[in-house]
Amino acid sequence: MSARRYVSLLWGQTRHNNRVFWRTPAAAFFTLALPVIFLILFSVIFGDVEVGGGYSFSQFFAPAMAVFAAVSSSFSNLAIGVSYARDQGVLKRVRGTPLPAWVYMAGRICSGVWMAVLSVGLMFLLGWAFFDFRMVWANLGTALVVFVVGIATFSALGLAVCAVLKNADSSPAVANGVFLPMAFVSGIFIQLDDAPRWLKILGDVFPLKHFAGPFGEAFNPLHESPILGWEHLGVMALWLLFGMVIITRYFTWDPRGE
Amino acid sequence: MSPVVSVENLTKNYGSVTALAGVSFTVDEGEVLAILGPNGAGKTTAVEILEGYRRADGGTINVLGHDPTSGGREFRDRIGIVLQETGIEMVLTVREAIDIYARSYSRRLPTDELIDLVGLDGKADARIKTLSGGQKRRLDLALGLAGDPEVVFLDEPTTGFDPSARRKSWAMIEGLTELGKTILLTTHYLDEAQHLADRIIVLADGSIVAEGTADTLGEGRAASTISFTVEGSDQPPRLEGGPAMTGHTVTYRSTSVTSDLLVLTSWATERGVDLDGLEVTRPSLEDVYLHIVGETANGGQGS
Repeated sequence: MSARRYVSLLWGQTRHNNRVFWRTPAAAFFTLALPVIFLILFSVIFGDVEVGGGYSFSQFFAPAMAVFAAVSSSFSNLAIGVSYARDQGVLKRVRGTPLPAWVYMAGRICSGVWMAVLSVGLMFLLGWAFFDFRMVWANLGTALVVFVVGIATFSALGLAVCAVLKNADSSPAVANGVFLPMAFVSGIFIQLDDAPRWLKILGDVFPLKHFAGPFGEAFNPLHESPILGWEHLGVMALWLLFGMVIITRYFTWDPRGE
Repeated sequence: MSPVVSVENLTKNYGSVTALAGVSFTVDEGEVLAILGPNGAGKTTAVEILEGYRRADGGTINVLGHDPTSGGREFRDRIGIVLQETGIEMVLTVREAIDIYARSYSRRLPTDELIDLVGLDGKADARIKTLSGGQKRRLDLALGLAGDPEVVFLDEPTTGFDPSARRKSWAMIEGLTELGKTILLTTHYLDEAQHLADRIIVLADGSIVAEGTADTLGEGRAASTISFTVEGSDQPPRLEGGPAMTGHTVTYRSTSVTSDLLVLTSWATERGVDLDGLEVTRPSLEDVYLHIVGETANGGQGS
């Protein structure tokens, strides 16, 4: 098959997954609406908190919620969506057609990337419109690199969760049970400056802090020129690798696991 | 003509359970082969191995010149699969589903043609979740045919259908044979196998226990019935399968009709008796099937 044909197939799969996403209200709610609600609630509650330099709370919280939404679009979306697709036999049906397996998975990931881009844009837009978030353009390139590595890592981890689960009904509990506590220990919701040391170390181990940290820094107007922390990318890359190993070893297309 | 599907000594075990114990058969180009058998006989296992979903434990399998487990995309591009139970994104419309699933085939039938072919013309833009069970099954068939396949696998295509829906599906499947498709179908309905298939394989407990056409399947197995009436007190001769008398009506069960008839007619000629209303009834396919499957069930008790 020609490269053009692969691109056309991938494009078709991405659009298809987007279409299914928008017609599944639960998925759309958790991926897009939840971060919006958090952004509004936290910004209203902590709106008066002094963060220094005359900047608003949402200057730091909007990028954090953007990361939250991006992880939701990749990690949770894939862990839950692909698990259900397998349980219902959709993956088995796909496997019986000539569509290459990687194109199917890439289509799901690309659809997640599209959701992530949308939700990141939405967070910044809402923050700017209502909560005095000011866009910092200088480090957009850095933010983009972090975003790409982060999405790749959390997509792989989402599929890895799907690979070790044999039953889709447990996937929302597992995905959210991993993601939400991780969001707290990674300082997504609350700054961890005064947290106990072990909690910080716990956050350092998981990849989310290494996504949210440098991504948020890129929009921090107090820094003149933040340097991209390679150690953050390194930790994410390790998790990405770990996810790929799990997928290769355990992922099945058949609902009964053969 | 070389066979399109050939299976030799296929074995498959699930743990200690034998699903297939050395099954061999072939399907020729344009032929419709039915694998008939009760639930749990190994039909789905056999078909899913041919489709490339499952790995055989032993045996040689060739479908369109490919080993299904390693055939990959070129292989799947030439076959059409209608699984027994497969999910689909229920929020799509019929047309959207056909469009996306058909996209990966190198040859494809036009979506509208497929929708017409399976009789979903009024439902093209309906969400799949609003379709009835029979309509969903017809969509499955449309998706299986989307790539204009050379071989079509149908795993229990009409299970759970009401009689009129079954008739419609049969007409559709007959339409496929007119297009020259090779079809391998599994069913536990006799009449379905009889109606659709050129040749029938009866699978029970993982082995082929009978093979033939609907007409020849019973030969030498289930008994025919010979019956006639006699006037007077002449006692008809004893044969292996009778006589059984009800009033003046005499019936024999016979597995060798010709020789039994010879005995009976010589007996009648000797005594100058008329065999009034002499009738030989061949066993129905159902008799044959129950007989074959029953034999296997009895034989399998010790294992």
